[in-house]
Formats: sequence, structure tokens, C-alpha cells
Amino acid sequence: MLDVSGNGRLLTGKGALITGASRGIGLAIARRLGAEGATLHLNARDPERLAQVADELRQSLAVPVHVHAFDVADPDQVKSAFRSYQAQFKQLDILVNNAGIMSNAMVAMSSVKQIETTFATNVHGAIYCAQYASRLMARSGQGVIVNIGSRIADLGHAGQSVYAASKAALDGLTRSWAKEFSSMNIRVNGVHPGMIDTDLLAEINEAQQAKVLSQITLGRIGQADEVARVVLFLASDMASYMTGQILAVDGGMQG
Amino acid sequence: MPATEKLYQTFAQVLKLPRDQIHDGLAYNSVPQWDSVAHMALVVALEEAFDIMLDTDDIIDMSSVAVARDLLTRYGVALDA
Repeated sequence: MLDVSGNGRLLTGKGALITGASRGIGLAIARRLGAEGATLHLNARDPERLAQVADELRQSLAVPVHVHAFDVADPDQVKSAFRSYQAQFKQLDILVNNAGIMSNAMVAMSSVKQIETTFATNVHGAIYCAQYASRLMARSGQGVIVNIGSRIADLGHAGQSVYAASKAALDGLTRSWAKEFSSMNIRVNGVHPGMIDTDLLAEINEAQQAKVLSQITLGRIGQADEVARVVLFLASDMASYMTGQILAVDGGMQG
Repeated sequence: MPATEKLYQTFAQVLKLPRDQIHDGLAYNSVPQWDSVAHMALVVALEEAFDIMLDTDDIIDMSSVAVARDLLTRYGVALDA
């Protein structure tokens, strides 16, 4: 059975960059990967919030924690961040493309700005990060990318079509990168969280939450760490023969 | 090793071509060995050899050994004549 106690140190010596790591699922992933010995590189847009999170993780985990404040949706910021990373750290083993925004609007009421912003962060941002990360990983002849998608990409949801489309696009990237990066020994997999107890959940109204809850086989909302444990599995050598796969962590959503 | 020779050696190693077949006029897709997959391997090898990270636009534009030489200069690599 997979040791999820934090004592197994599955990622000792690995450098892991987690985007959108200042809260929610991203923070849970950082905490879980750090507990397994990974040197943490945390990304978010807000440098103050990021610094607070880094301090908390340094105190609770015996691993180095570095912060990289940039907006994944801005290609110039991503380029600058990876140049700094390359100059200072060289090694990158794990990229978790987690940064994302949820847009809630019926398609007829989705503004151009909302559509562009959603895709810029959820899709373009993942591409920009993977472009640079894959080359850093290739230098050491190995690497892992985990893309955090959403069950909504499979199931669809009224009022979230733009968000669903952006996450479906991420699945296409996952499967294509698995093939494209295989020659560099980089594994690429995805995770589809279902309804998880995070700040984003508050953006779904109570009626929507109740409806979705009734469709979850396990009958409860998931916790961020339950997603993080699956990301840990995919990021570790426990999943050494897996690439191009997308795992649902959704308590059995029937959609 | 002089930087220019290091550049040529990197091309030779990645493209698996004899060193004497590497020259400034060698262009992308002009030999079967320099395809899109090899191009990315070249980028990785050049970035590692010269400790740089290339812009995506520069990766796209790196159409020959000569262009690669110019790129390295722009990235602050001191090339010998």
C-alpha cells in the first residue's frame, strides 16, 4: 500500500515547481510533495501571500522552499521566471500545472475578456510553463509533468462551458505532450478533481453544489489533500510506467 | 574548447553527423538528421552547453548553424572568430 504518511520520502532530491500553489489544491500538492522530500518551488501571482505560504511550509516541512511570483498567463513573466530559475537552480524534475481560474457564466453571457482570461491562465499558462520546464527536465534526461484539469471537462456543466472547454484543452495537451516528450523521458499525466473543498467551491451556488453532491457516489465533497496524494503518486516513481493518463479524483461523480 | 568549436561539436553530437559535415550553411531539414525532434534536442543541448534559455521565437527562427551562432552572440556567449 502506498505510504501516504509523509515518512516515505518518495521525492528526496527532486525539484518540484507547483503553479497556483498559494491556496487550495495547489497548496495541498506543495505540502504533500514537500512531505515526501521534494525541494519546493512555489508559484502564484501574489508575492506576499506566496511568502506567507512558503514560511508556513518551511516551518512544517524539513525541505527547502523557494518562491517564484509570476502570472502564468503572461509569457514574458514566465520566460523571465524560468530564466531566473535556470540561472539559480538548474534542476527541475516535476512541474505541476495547477494554476487555474474558474469562470462561471452561461455561454451567452460569457464576455470576451472572461473567455480570454480563462484560456490564458488555464491553457496558455500551462503551455508556457511546459515549454521551458520540459527543456530543463531534458537536461537531466527525466521529468514529470502533472496537469490539474477538472471532471467538468468530461461531464460538462451548465454555466461553466468556457471553464470546461479550457480544462478539456488541457487534457489534449496532456495526451499530446506524453507523446511529444517521451523521447526526453518526461512523463505527462493529468488529474481531474471533482468537487473539492476549496475557495473555488464558494463560486458555485448552493443549488449547484447540492445537485452535484447528489451525483457523487461517495456522497461527500473531497478534500484537497485527496487530490494531492494522487498527484504525488503520478509525480513519483510509483507511476514510472504511466504517461498520457488522466485520473479522476471525484468520489465517483456520475455527472 | 573555443565556443565556436563547442557549438559545432554540439551539432555533430546531437545530429550524429561527422564533425566535418557541420558548417554555417547547414540548415534545418536540409539533412534527414535535423528534423523537428532533433531540433528540440539541439535546443536542449545548446542551452545546457552554453547555460542559457532561448526564447520560443528564437527556437523557431534557428534555421541554420549560422543563425545559431548569431543567437548565441545575442545571448551573451563570446564566440571566437
